[in-house]
Amino acid sequence: MQWIDVVKEPAAFVLMLIGLFFLVVAAIGVLRLPDVYTRSHAVSLTDSLGAFFVLTGLALYAGISLVLVKILAVLVLLYLINPAIAHLTVRAAHRSGLKPWSREDA
Amino acid sequence: MKEFFLTGFIPGVGVGIALLSAAYLYRVLRGPTIFDRMLGLNGISTKVILLLLVIGTANGRVGMFVDIALGYALLNLVGSLAIAKYLEHQGDALNAMD
Repeated sequence: MQWIDVVKEPAAFVLMLIGLFFLVVAAIGVLRLPDVYTRSHAVSLTDSLGAFFVLTGLALYAGISLVLVKILAVLVLLYLINPAIAHLTVRAAHRSGLKPWSREDA
Repeated sequence: MKEFFLTGFIPGVGVGIALLSAAYLYRVLRGPTIFDRMLGLNGISTKVILLLLVIGTANGRVGMFVDIALGYALLNLVGSLAIAKYLEHQGDALNAMD
């Protein structure tokens, strides 16, 4: 398995850079979008994708070990939990009567 | 390449993630409604989980930090679930915060 030692650091480098890009996009979305219902897209979708790429890079760098399995467990857990929390927040906002943003509010 | 990756790039990614959580902190402090604050907290805890794993990789001791990250993710779910269920029954009084 000599080739994987050569390839794992550049691959992890590229994956973590892509992940940072998506995390930056999510942060811009959280700052700029107009209300809870739109901001939840930035937090749940884009943030999860950025976390996916960063964690994949870290798992690739960790190599084949128990740590790899645990990092993948964190990844799966984040992918289950992040959209679930965004859904909970938006449902609570909807049930407590918060109106969605519309073009007239701008 | 190996030297740069472990001592330069991975701590740089950690600093970048920590700086990004400032955007979420702004949303927590200034969010017009309480649901914006909840979303900001969720984003910050995602950043904390990533930061734990990045710091662990930079120190070469991921095995310890990854368990803490798992526990933190579960605590985040339970806490947000409790707050969301509480806020769901508060009614229209929350809209006065706009």
